[in-house]
Parts: sequence; C-alpha cells; structure tokens
Amino acid sequence: MTNIGPDVQVAVEGPGGPVETTAPTTPPEPRPAGRARPAWRLLLPTMTPWLATGLVLIAGVVLLGVVGPYLVGDPDAISDVGLSGPSAEHWLGTTQTGQDVLAQLAYATRGSLQIGLMVGVLATVLSAFFGIYGAYLGGAADEVFSLLSNVFLVIPGLPLVIVISGFVPRESRGLWTIAVVLALTSWAASARVLRAQTLSVRARDYVAASRLSGEKPWRVIGVEILPNLLPVLASQFVYAVIAAILGEAGLSFLGLGASNASTLGTMLFYAQNGFALPLGAWWWFVPPGLVIALFGMGLSLVNFSIDEIINPRLKNARTARRRAKAAARVARKAAR
Amino acid sequence: MNYVLRKLGFYAVALWAAVTLNFLIPRLLPGNPVDILLAKLQQRGGTVTPETREAYAALLGGDTTDSLLQQYGTYLSNLLRGDLGVSVTYFPTPVSEVIGTSMPWTVVLVGIATVLAATIGVLLGAFVGWRPGTWLDSAVPLTTLLAAVPYFWLALVLVYLLSRVLGWFPSQGGYDVVLDPGWSPEFIASAIEYGFVPALTIVVASIGGWLLGMRNMMVSTLSEDYVLTARAKGLPHGQVMRNYAARNAVLPSVAGFAISLGFVVSGSVVTEQVFSYPGIGSRLLAAVTNNDYALMQGVFLFITLAVLGANLVVDLLYGLIDPRTRAKA
Repeated sequence: MTNIGPDVQVAVEGPGGPVETTAPTTPPEPRPAGRARPAWRLLLPTMTPWLATGLVLIAGVVLLGVVGPYLVGDPDAISDVGLSGPSAEHWLGTTQTGQDVLAQLAYATRGSLQIGLMVGVLATVLSAFFGIYGAYLGGAADEVFSLLSNVFLVIPGLPLVIVISGFVPRESRGLWTIAVVLALTSWAASARVLRAQTLSVRARDYVAASRLSGEKPWRVIGVEILPNLLPVLASQFVYAVIAAILGEAGLSFLGLGASNASTLGTMLFYAQNGFALPLGAWWWFVPPGLVIALFGMGLSLVNFSIDEIINPRLKNARTARRRAKAAARVARKAAR
Repeated sequence: MNYVLRKLGFYAVALWAAVTLNFLIPRLLPGNPVDILLAKLQQRGGTVTPETREAYAALLGGDTTDSLLQQYGTYLSNLLRGDLGVSVTYFPTPVSEVIGTSMPWTVVLVGIATVLAATIGVLLGAFVGWRPGTWLDSAVPLTTLLAAVPYFWLALVLVYLLSRVLGWFPSQGGYDVVLDPGWSPEFIASAIEYGFVPALTIVVASIGGWLLGMRNMMVSTLSEDYVLTARAKGLPHGQVMRNYAARNAVLPSVAGFAISLGFVVSGSVVTEQVFSYPGIGSRLLAAVTNNDYALMQGVFLFITLAVLGANLVVDLLYGLIDPRTRAKA
C-alpha cells in the first residue's frame, strides 16, 4: 500500500489554480465537527470494509515476501521426507525432494514482488510518456503515439513475450531482460486511459493560461496536468503490477522466466514437472497460485477505492444507497 | 463508410507491425537461431543443403550478405506465398500444416469460452449494477479474486478437483485417442468432454472482468438524465433496465474487447500446456523448447492474425451498435 498513499498525498500542492487559495498546506489539526473536510482529503480513498480487506491482503503477502525469507529455513535444502503433506514440522508439506514448501513460498513471493514492482514502474513510465506526453503535444505526435499504443494493444502480449524469450539464449535471460520485455508488451492499455484523461485536463482554462504565460512544457505537464492524473496513474500502476506478476508467473511456469530468479511461477513449474498433480500433492501447487490470486485481489480492491475517486458516481451510488437505508430506518422508528 | 475504412486501415497497420516485429525479433536479439535450428534439423535426420540454409536465413536472419532491406523483401514474399518453413519439432511437416491442424482446436475452445464468459458476465453485471448497494452488489469485489487468478493455476486446481478427485472428466488431451479425428458424432462428443474443463477454466478466469466493467458502467449510466426521465414516465423497470441503461452501459465492454481478448488468448496459451491440449498454445511451447524458430514465428503470426481478425469483426459490429462512432469521423 505504501506505493499509493504518498503518491496521492503529493497531489495536495497539485490541483493548482482553482483550489490553491483554500487548500491547507499543513496537515490539518483535528477540526470541530461540521467543518468541511480539507480539499486534499477528497483525493484519498474512503475506508470501506473492502478497502481494509485489500490492504490486509497486500500487507500479508508483502510481509511474507519481505520478512518471510529471514524466518524460514533454506528453501533448497533437501531431506529424506519427500512429498509429505502439511505437518507440524513442515507447515505446508514438502516437495518431491523434501524441500520445505513454506520456505520456497517465502523466497518465491519475494521474487515475484520484486519483478512486479520493477515492471510496474517501467510500464507506468512508458505509458505516462506515450499517453500524457503524446496527448499534451497534440497533432501529428499524438496521432503517432496513439496509433502505436493501439497497435501494441491488439497484439497479444504473452505470445509475443514467449517468442522473445524463446529467442534470447537462456544464459542471457536475466531478471532485467524479463522485466523489460514484460514492460514493453504491457504499457499500451494504460497509455490509452492516460491519453483520454490528459486530453480532458489539457482543455481546461488554467492549463491554457499557464501555456500562454510561457511556462515550459515539462512544467505545464508536471505541475498543472500530472497532479490531476495521479489517481489514474496510481490505478494504472496497480494494474501493471498485477499484470506483471501474472505474466511472469505464466512465463516461468513454461520454463521461460529469468534464469537467476526464483518466483511463484518457477515454483509452479517445478511442481508441474515434479508430477505434483498426478501424485495429488495439492500442498505443493496450491499455495503459489493462491498467493498470486490473493495479492492480485488485494491490489484490485485498492483500485476499487481509487476508481471511486476517479469516477465519483460510483461512490455516490454507494453513499446514496446507505443514506436511503438510514432514512428508512429513521422513518420506521418514528412510525412506531 | 468512413468508419469502416478507418478501421480497416488501422488493422492493416497493426498487421504490418506484427509481421515486422516477427521479422525483427530474431535479428535484433542475441544468439544465432539459424545454426541452432539447422543442428536440430540434422539430428532429426533432415538433410541440410545450402538451399535449406538460405531459406531459414531469409526467415530468421543470420549470416547472409544481403542488406536488412533485401532480407525484409525476401521474408515478405516468402510469407505471401504461405511459405513459413519446415517445422523441426514435427519434421518434416511444413509449419503452415502444423498450424492448420492445431488452430481450429484453439479457435473453437477460446471462441466459445470467450463468448460464454462475455455473455454471462455482461448479463450478471447489468443485473447487479441495476441496484447498487444491495448485498449482491457489495459482494462484487469478490470477483477480483477470480480476475487475479493465473489461468494455468486455475486449470491445475480444476484438473485436480474434477479429474483426479472426482474423476468426472479426462485430464489430458483434446479427444479420445482411439477415435479418428473427423465429424463423427462420437468424436465431437469426445472433443466436448475433453474440452469442458479447459473451457470452464477460461470462463471462470475471465468472467470477473466482464462483470465488473459492466457493473461500473451500469452504475454510472443510472445517474444519467434519460434514465431518470424514463423512470419518471413510469416505464416498467425491466424496460428501463434493458433498453435505457444496459444498452448504453454495454458499449465500453464491447469497445474494450481488444484488451480482454488479448488477455484470454495469453492465458489460454499457457493453459493448454496444463491439459496437453492439441491447440496452438502447446505447439508454440513445443516450438520454444525445441528451438523450432520457424514454427515459433509462424504460430505467433497466426495468433496475432486471429486476434486482429476477431477485433476487426467486433469493431465493425460496434459501428453498427453505436452510431456516434460513425458520425465522429
């Protein structure tokens, strides 16, 4: 979650012109009830049960990946208790060669998080460049950038990644190679979203004003436009991380992942090739996928709340319903 | 008709980009695919004449003295003649034939599963979004779990539950191998039986996205004035839901077909590996493990072609559903 909170808060100084005079620059003191909430609070998601669930899921998986490796034993250590189910000694059982599944899971989670973060950042930077910069320039540059992202959008990503990984010799297939390839094939969708948003922000008066007053392009984009796009950027980043973790897992499952990294996909690869399925060793192949699914679910739930900032109608629908319910309750009480 | 022309032009550009990527990838990346491929070919008992070498060099690049532009010309003309080289994995079958026999399996499987998932997802999404805030609606976030599940892992779990524990469905292959492929009723029945779990995997894993997109659009549409007007006129709820809200809310789902199809195809390529399904995905993987570069390129080209084709059809249909797209030009 740490990757979203601070980003959104930076927007305090951002929204520029209209609110500048009223937006408080210091963290708000506890205010008497009834006063309007500070403007920047509108940029933070409202805490809902689902958002809380999402944060807990993310925190759990991140803890497993960051702290876990220090608590578990050596993931590669083999023993003579091969392919045993969960027990007090091995909480998640053992693999065919007696490796502890929990230890492997902790290290693999770390690997997957690492690549997810790397690709997430790379893909977001790429999509911001093609989406925001293209839309800001307008004209022919916009047409070309937009065409490029639309073409990348319709070319199916994973088959392309598989082909590229197939051509790269195994010894030069490092973590960064895989990250760059995944980022190159996954930026297009968010570039399109960002372009649409930028076009609408660019048409606002204060952007025109700052351009007319001779501000440099990087300043207009960085100070006037970007802050308005932060919720969208945050949500696209979250999607990029999910897509990267899923894509890398698929790639590693096929044995095409980074040769020097161990991720959840590699774990599934070994489970599949160690005949975990025919042998019925569910404790070997269920946990890695479950970690991916739960982490992805956590991120999506956070995105839900970000979506409510981008599209307030979603939030209004929720709050209106709640108010209607409360009103009905009051009416019932009064009638009694 | 301007809209149609624009779309055709766009897909022509996309196709050209895919073909060119296919040409550039083996030439820009490290390694010498031609040597590896010819070595494999010799292992399989193929004779390597200078002509064979030249043909593969045209496809993959390598030690030819031609300029990049000349190579590009040779590559394109070979492609137009349908000459994709000979597969090493299935030697001596030509690549186009390998693709021809495996493509229908994937197209039918992914096609049916996608249509099913989209229909069910959109219907459910419209239904849930019509009444935002109910208990059903507040359970919608649960579907994100489905959307974040890796396809191939879901396949593993379903095979484990349905085939291994319950024994209801076969776990490997695309049809009963004692039968001869053909249009006989037994064969089709067996293909359906074998295809059920793979299709279920794709439907379950992709339905969440459709449902969610439709639900969100439905909620947004409900606050439009025309929906309020329709309600104020006293139209029956069902009619307002179907004809006023859902019809408008479904448009972005249709327009976003490209993204979803790309996801589904990517997912199913890996999923086929789990089932040893005789489709194009397992061919691609067999090609990758055997360094069968010619087959790899051919398969990628055909997957792209299929995805582009499906998107073109959907885009043209979209022009029919939403008149605004035609007017915008």
